[in-house]
Amino acid sequence: MGMMERIEVGTEATARAREFLTFKLGGEEYGIDILKVQEIRGYEAVTRIANAPAFIKGVVNLRGVIVPIVDLRVKFDLGEARYDTFTVVIILNVAGRVVGAVVDSVSDVLALNGQQIKPAPEFNSLLQADYITGLATVPAVDGERLLILVDIERLMSSPEMGLLERAAA
Amino acid sequence: MGEISNPGLQEDGFDLSQFYTVFFEEARENLANMESMLLDIDIAHPSNEELNAIFRVAHSIKGGAATFSFTEVATLTHELETLLDRVRKHELPLKRSMVDLLLEAGDVVKAQLACRQGGTDHSPATEALIQRIRTMASGQDQRGAPAGARVLDIQIGPLQSGAAADGLVELFRDIPSLGSIETLDQGQLSADGMRRFKVTTQSPDSELVELFSFHVSREQVQIAPLVAAASTPTEGDGYGFFVDPRTLPQATKDTPADAGSVEGDASRRPDGRPRSDKPAAGALESTTLRVSVEKVDQLINLVGELVITQAMLTEQAKDLDPVQCSSLLSGITELERNSRHLQETVMSIRMIPMSFVFNRFPRMIRDLAAKLGKQIELRMVGEATELDKGLIEKIVDPLTHLVRNSADHGVETPATRLAAGKLAHGTITLSASHQGGSILIEVRDDGQGLRRERILQKARERGLHVREDMTDAEVWALIWEPGFSTAEAVSDVSGRGVGMDVVRKNIAALNGSVELDSAEGYGTRVTVRLPLTLAIMDGMSIGVAGETYILPLSSVVESFQVTTGTVQSVGATGRVVKVRDEFMPVISLDEVFRVPRQDGGSAAEIMTIVEAEGRRVAVLIDELLGQHQVVVKNLETNYRRVPDISGATILGDGRVALIVDTASLVNRARH
Repeated sequence: MGMMERIEVGTEATARAREFLTFKLGGEEYGIDILKVQEIRGYEAVTRIANAPAFIKGVVNLRGVIVPIVDLRVKFDLGEARYDTFTVVIILNVAGRVVGAVVDSVSDVLALNGQQIKPAPEFNSLLQADYITGLATVPAVDGERLLILVDIERLMSSPEMGLLERAAA
Repeated sequence: MGEISNPGLQEDGFDLSQFYTVFFEEARENLANMESMLLDIDIAHPSNEELNAIFRVAHSIKGGAATFSFTEVATLTHELETLLDRVRKHELPLKRSMVDLLLEAGDVVKAQLACRQGGTDHSPATEALIQRIRTMASGQDQRGAPAGARVLDIQIGPLQSGAAADGLVELFRDIPSLGSIETLDQGQLSADGMRRFKVTTQSPDSELVELFSFHVSREQVQIAPLVAAASTPTEGDGYGFFVDPRTLPQATKDTPADAGSVEGDASRRPDGRPRSDKPAAGALESTTLRVSVEKVDQLINLVGELVITQAMLTEQAKDLDPVQCSSLLSGITELERNSRHLQETVMSIRMIPMSFVFNRFPRMIRDLAAKLGKQIELRMVGEATELDKGLIEKIVDPLTHLVRNSADHGVETPATRLAAGKLAHGTITLSASHQGGSILIEVRDDGQGLRRERILQKARERGLHVREDMTDAEVWALIWEPGFSTAEAVSDVSGRGVGMDVVRKNIAALNGSVELDSAEGYGTRVTVRLPLTLAIMDGMSIGVAGETYILPLSSVVESFQVTTGTVQSVGATGRVVKVRDEFMPVISLDEVFRVPRQDGGSAAEIMTIVEAEGRRVAVLIDELLGQHQVVVKNLETNYRRVPDISGATILGDGRVALIVDTASLVNRARH
């Protein structure tokens, strides 16, 4: 089923170039659909939520709205989750909700067309292949770098993130 | 007119004046609506919808006026209602003269309300007007036999040449019974091509138009009353509802509905009393403003931001030298005070006390009790509990239904009650409170309770799956099934509208829940629990190992210092404390919320007694930080429910603090 949907997304992508916000998690670089991004903020102190999974850092006040903050580095066990002045929170608008995702840094906004995006092979990782819409290579100073494109909406609304009520039920 | 007389509300001893503003505002809107509907209405083919809408205006003003004992308003609107009722039932055809009369009456009602609002007693006299409305409602004027001739101001036009209208004069010459006609303009067209005539006739407008249509097209005929003629039933009223064209020539083209006629009315009151300084009969003053809730919410959020920014500034300014920056510091203090004040004011916009809903029940219960031959006392508790306006409005109908149910099916007749060894009068208790971050509204009666057997029997008839050994709670739950009318199930009074399933659906639509508890012979209690979307709560902020939580102040009983030896263990994990001869379970908040402690030792030094759902627990905390009003924010908007947490709020420094769900804490101690 995952395969089917990935192909679908791939075909759609062929039609036109889409823009992706790329960011770093540990040593890896990820890209998400820029249309899902509401804003980018520095990391600020969160209010811890008792008995929540470790990757849910807590909640913050975003102009009067209570927003949960998820640390993707903790969730996918990517590098050391450090919180310093470079740590960035991407505020996402997914599934009708506002959610913040902590990342190491935001790198770029890239336009990628269908040819540049290759389907990801089946593999074993904490980040299930279902949520990966494709892989892309982008030129870098030292040759090429790999970009992992993630369907952030599906990921954030998935039961394993436990952000939505039905997931908890 | 007994039905609209003052129902003696004063006896009940509650103050209705707080609703005056709302009533005036609504009445003003209603009248304006009626006026525009009347002006737009197609007289020949009025739609039922329009007629009903106009009827409803009169009806609702009458209802409100009667409630507040504005007798003169109620009397007049009652007459209007009677007339409109006949029209909407098509017993009377709508006529131009009727529309005129309605507009005129509307203006008088406006003037009456303005007098009430202005606190003056110079209300316009209405006897003659009422008489005319009655005549119209009886349909007499239709027969061409009104009590006397009418003097009309007829305008014809716009016309190409003035001569076209001369046919009208001939018409009156040919048909003597029609009355008399005079030209008011020496046969000359006015600047906008109009001809004006003064007609004295007994014929209805429709007949005139019919006859005039031989000479000019119907659309060109405009008929308006000129002055109250000496022989009409309005004789001698002299109230000047119609403006005399000789004194106010420009007003003659206006319909009587125009403001000018009200002004005229006020200035020409027959009693000759001077006009009050207050704008008694002028435009009804608008003292309130209707604003969309969205705008208010936006405002609330913005002010929240402002307060946070201000708190940040205050924090920054702490390190400044008070001597060098004295003016800056005093400015910041000022800013703090002002923004707090602003926040409080803005918050209060959306909040309405529960009494807004509750206060309509005494009247209802009074009427119901009289109708049902029962004695019912209504007790109301927690009317000051504030609830978001949106919720208040939507809870009215379900609550009304529940209260009616209690009065109808719950409370028994005095004879039955006495036979059962109860007081002759039953009691219905309405209560509202904040509990566990929700609003809890209870409708309780000491009536006969639900009859288990009847419900089971009914459920079987309905083909529902029931067993004899179902618990009471399960049986009561059947009440909420669609189509399971309580009327049929519990008493023999039936055919009275919606069932309990609708109540539940309505409450569920507000994200609330409803529970029913009953004991046969002792009464029924229905508990409605509503979430707080934007309720303000008095909270006590407490510190637990560096984290801040909010306890709803309403559930905090007392706090005291923990001394060694007060807490005793029971079994391996249980702990109890003895407070004034009462043992209660002890809960350590840092354990519940797994707050990491840096130093490892337990620093919990304060014990707060928390009460919820009738039970008490002692909660161990580190420190009491303060009390303040907090805006309850829903965690579920962007996250999900968190155990033992009812919501979140934003503290002065912009950080989020979680609000403890005391009800679940209490239940936690139990299990």
